Amino acid sequence: MTWPKIMAGALAPLALAAAAAFGGISEVKAFSVYVSNEKDNTISVIDSESLKVVKTLKVGQRPRGILLTQDGSQLLVCASDDDTVQVIDVKTWEFVKELPSGPDPELFILHPSGNPLYIANEDDNLVTVVDIENNKVLAEVPVGVEPEGMGISPDGRVLVNTSETTNMAHFIDTETFEIVGNVLVDSRPRFAEFTADGSQVWVTSEIGGTVSVIDPIAREIIKKIGFEIPGVRPEAIQPVGVRITKDGGRAFVALGPANRVAVVDAKTFEVEKYLLVGQRVWQLAFAPDESLLFTTNGVSNDVSVIDVARLKVVKSIAVGRFPWGLTVSKD
Amino acid sequence: MSEAVTIQDPRPLGPVAYLLCLRGIMWREALRFLHQRERFVAALVRPLVWLFVFAAGFRAVLGVSIIPPYETYVLYEVYITPGLVAMVQLFNGMQSSLSMVYDREMGSMRTLLVSPFPRGFLLISKLLAGVAVSLLQVYVFLAVTWFWDVQPPLIGYFAVLPALILSGMMLGALGMLLSSGIKQLENFAGIMNFVIFPMFFASSALYPLWRMNEASPLLYNICVLNPFTYAVELIRFSLHGQINWLALAVVAGCTAVFLGAAILAYNPSKGLIARRGGPGG
Repeated sequence: MTWPKIMAGALAPLALAAAAAFGGISEVKAFSVYVSNEKDNTISVIDSESLKVVKTLKVGQRPRGILLTQDGSQLLVCASDDDTVQVIDVKTWEFVKELPSGPDPELFILHPSGNPLYIANEDDNLVTVVDIENNKVLAEVPVGVEPEGMGISPDGRVLVNTSETTNMAHFIDTETFEIVGNVLVDSRPRFAEFTADGSQVWVTSEIGGTVSVIDPIAREIIKKIGFEIPGVRPEAIQPVGVRITKDGGRAFVALGPANRVAVVDAKTFEVEKYLLVGQRVWQLAFAPDESLLFTTNGVSNDVSVIDVARLKVVKSIAVGRFPWGLTVSKD
Repeated sequence: MSEAVTIQDPRPLGPVAYLLCLRGIMWREALRFLHQRERFVAALVRPLVWLFVFAAGFRAVLGVSIIPPYETYVLYEVYITPGLVAMVQLFNGMQSSLSMVYDREMGSMRTLLVSPFPRGFLLISKLLAGVAVSLLQVYVFLAVTWFWDVQPPLIGYFAVLPALILSGMMLGALGMLLSSGIKQLENFAGIMNFVIFPMFFASSALYPLWRMNEASPLLYNICVLNPFTYAVELIRFSLHGQINWLALAVVAGCTAVFLGAAILAYNPSKGLIARRGGPGG
């Protein structure tokens, strides 16, 4: 082997790595990220290839929770101050209809089959169950004070709602619409997320500063995860959004005004790393292939993009004012 | 007549001779550096202390604004690393060029300066030798910072090389210009106080310029006029695979000016050396 060949051989992987570092995002199939801007009353649409806002859509007042329907054709937005859920066609960008959400809808979740929709009504201490095809309220489940977090088991049989003031995770049977159990967690629980295998549900406590990992069968807390960041006041560590990889290996926890996303080993529950993002990070969403994770940073008005494999924040994209929730299209 | 010609020009100096001279000067600088192990340790410890101690205390200071070349929020450690790289080069440039004073005292410089090579070539060779040493220091420092989670894109490590050579030349040339006016090596403390510290602190090395502008517009203007700021920015952008054209132009321009002035100052018939008659007679 001649010297130039050796050099070429040594440099080729480096060049490839550099190309991957710069252009890695383009390998992923293009998709869109929809971000609800609470203060601007708009939805920002981010294109995954350019990582730029390609469209801004005016919606109802104080948009917060945001979801795509199962087939990806319609966008559902909680217009909290208009007391409604708006349905938008993502091809034509036209409003299709409004769903009877009950007052002040904040966050919602779809049944794994795609219907019905479970909505947390923050002011009325209710979870409203809505058939999105027939526009019908199927049930109203009374829960604790200030309901917000919504998680549903992968088999669709158990719905978990968290109430911010009662400090409980309520386990609701999706067939009988009855609360079958409650688990007391640390103060101000705001988000619930099941693991893909349904064996755990993770509930964040914003004021408590912890994440409770709950066994949904026994309805007991298996582990409480705490956070500590050098140079950041403990009061600023306010966990809100959680996303767990499909393989159950890693969890990402948005830590609010700590401006960090915690990377947690979902097997050992140890915090591996803290990633610096924009100010007051609340909600998270994975790209379809989980290569990227997007965060809404409410105070700095942007969305940070995390490279999941490298655990690096690669970019922050300016969106509207007070970005709150976000969802990602499948393609 | 022919006799005079042979004395002045025994044989034309080919490129090989130039390379031989360059190699000799570089080798001498490298040997000097390698033999002064404390100097290497000092060159590495100085920026690391800044990184581990100073930056750790200021972790939460930044992260409120995204400025180019960064595309997202960065920790303070990430922000000051290019500044510390430039600091390594600043110290090295001053030390290496001020060793000229020592060389003049010891006489080895005089031997070199009476060699048939053009004065400019000798000085540039000396500068390149100093830059080569600084590159070694910088890459070792960057390797350490990688483990401290300061991880620029891979391409940055290659892209920063030409930037480092240029900024090293600029700082070395400045040191050389200063060294022509210094009689004794003891004056290094003066250089520290009056050149290195002001240049380092009144630049974008520690704080972004918008921060300076908020704190004091006067200080901001001083920073804008400080060539060291542009060396830092040139390094910062190239470390992220980008070119800051303004910084490139300023650093290249300053290099040319400092180098030209240094060559002039070291000219035995016109320069400062001639006027003072050199150290020790």
